[in-house]
Amino acid sequence: MPFSDSHFDAMTKIIARYPRSRSAIMPLLHYVQSIDGYVTQEGIEIIAQKLQLETAEVNAVATFYTQYKRKPVGQYHVGVCTNTLCAIMGGDAIYQSLLEHLEIENDGVTADGKVSVEHIECNAACDYAPVVMANWEFYDNQTPESAKNLVDAMRQGNPPAPTRGPNRLVSWKEASAVLAGFNDGLAGEGVQAGEPTLLGLKIAQGKAGENR
Amino acid sequence: MSALTPVLSAFWDQKDSFTIAGYKRNGGYKAVEEALSMEPDAIIQMVKDSGLRGRGGAGFPTGMKWGFIPQGDNKDHYLVVNADESEPGTCKDTPLLLANPHVLIEGVIIASYAIRANHAFIYIRGEVTHVIRRVQQAIEDAYKDGLLGKNIRGKGFDLELVLHVGAGAYICGEETALLDSLEGFRGQPRLRPPFPAIAGLYARPTVVNNVESIASVPSIIEKGAEWFASMGTEKSKGYTLYSLSGHVKNPGQFEAPLGITLRELIEMAGGIRAGHRLKFWTPGGSSTPMFTDAHLDTPLDYEGVAAAGSMLGTKALQIFDETTCVVRAVLRWTEFYKHESCGKCTPCREGTWWLVQALKNLENGEGKPEDLDKLLDLCDNIMGRSFCALADGAASPIISSLQYFRDEYLEHLRNGGCPFDPAASTIFEGVGVR
Repeated sequence: MPFSDSHFDAMTKIIARYPRSRSAIMPLLHYVQSIDGYVTQEGIEIIAQKLQLETAEVNAVATFYTQYKRKPVGQYHVGVCTNTLCAIMGGDAIYQSLLEHLEIENDGVTADGKVSVEHIECNAACDYAPVVMANWEFYDNQTPESAKNLVDAMRQGNPPAPTRGPNRLVSWKEASAVLAGFNDGLAGEGVQAGEPTLLGLKIAQGKAGENR
Repeated sequence: MSALTPVLSAFWDQKDSFTIAGYKRNGGYKAVEEALSMEPDAIIQMVKDSGLRGRGGAGFPTGMKWGFIPQGDNKDHYLVVNADESEPGTCKDTPLLLANPHVLIEGVIIASYAIRANHAFIYIRGEVTHVIRRVQQAIEDAYKDGLLGKNIRGKGFDLELVLHVGAGAYICGEETALLDSLEGFRGQPRLRPPFPAIAGLYARPTVVNNVESIASVPSIIEKGAEWFASMGTEKSKGYTLYSLSGHVKNPGQFEAPLGITLRELIEMAGGIRAGHRLKFWTPGGSSTPMFTDAHLDTPLDYEGVAAAGSMLGTKALQIFDETTCVVRAVLRWTEFYKHESCGKCTPCREGTWWLVQALKNLENGEGKPEDLDKLLDLCDNIMGRSFCALADGAASPIISSLQYFRDEYLEHLRNGGCPFDPAASTIFEGVGVR
């Protein structure tokens, strides 16, 4: 997509957050993904221009971080945690069954452009293992069956809400805008905590077992 | 009688715990009013007196870190909060920020005032969209309330707070790599000295603290250093979040005084999953040497865990039962370190690659018994020979698993492959999957 004046204004706002402009490079890359879906060559050139850097310097940063994609991902990008704990609890089985079910390889996208899958590292939700992320929203305590149902619903255009997230799953591009620092107004939606988060508190209150 | 002490988690069960109204209703932002009436140095002294130590893994005394910032130097100072929670097994800061981002912001205001910083950053990992929303909203609400910006609460203190979102790099949890990343570079660690307290962000004096450390500060201001120090053990003061995951009946977060044992925590988690027994566990994430059932009564404080040969780390207790192949577990962690090695230092970049090769062969039963010593030799050539602790972390699971489970490695060779059934370790085992 060609970048418009409103896009350039947004980029100027991102740069203004920082004492030194170069610090804006990461949110600007997230922002490019919110427009183009991935880090395009055009996006690299615009960031370089905005920050008065060489394109090679922007490329060096973009290629270091795994969340910056160099080719399109699905409208719903699914990450299956296969770090040790999730893998052992079932993440490996979930990951394999998703690839077989969707007939894609790691980092692949379904032909309809709806779903892409990658295996990810620990996502800080180990007490909800095995964990699946979609556009970096939490889908807790998954099984191969629940994960297959999730991606099927994505392909039909009606994915269920994340376990701990807003009332609907936003698209990859919409999530990228949040990562670039733009408030989408959904912070108030969803639970404040899941059951494992509250377990110790409930035991301390003498209320453990009420909801289990 | 429960040994738990919910402070940070005290009202996470309230539906609006993450809002500014919910936080204030529960006494939030009272500590900041008090702190802004104190001398900054008195706050640093109070945090020193409390005995609070860094909750991000290293356990460095927080007040001492603040005290290293040179004062009266006419330079900008910065506070940077490390919310890049990525150590395998670690899952405390993420639920904390989802349930109550304001306690962190209150801590940020107090800490910035103490070290005389007018600019603070929260560096959060990028893979947690909803947590990012919550923190962003909380910052905006704090600005609207006059808790951030110019002349906070009429006390003449100015503070700008910016949320900086990472993009998927474990190494950025290392404080100097985090600073390089925040400056707009590849996240690679710096050679120290100089330490961040002298030359940190933009080469200015900088404090980098973990989320939980900063979030603990308001409670110290409000209830006093003595109250905080009355909890915990002799050198490990206060309360902290312990995160239990894996093969226990009910995984979750437990806020308790430092020094609680795994035996007590597992009991509160309903025990090891039915019909199984504890095999091995990590006290503080994958980078801390693993323990076995012989360590159930080790006090989980900085000294107790160190005396038993590991590190308290992030108090990420990952529990594995007897169905788990230790070689598979260690291989997967090693693949993680290989993937996350930033490539700056040769021993880590090349060494983690070789470790994966050797471990893969062993897991497939294709290695030789001599490979076990070769693994240890490789670890010896990686540990302590790199800029940062990632390489040390990579060696920890290998060395400790060989210490406790050497025969299981050999069993893979005798068996010509892994003797374990991975399906037996899953939580949906026996539910008819696959």
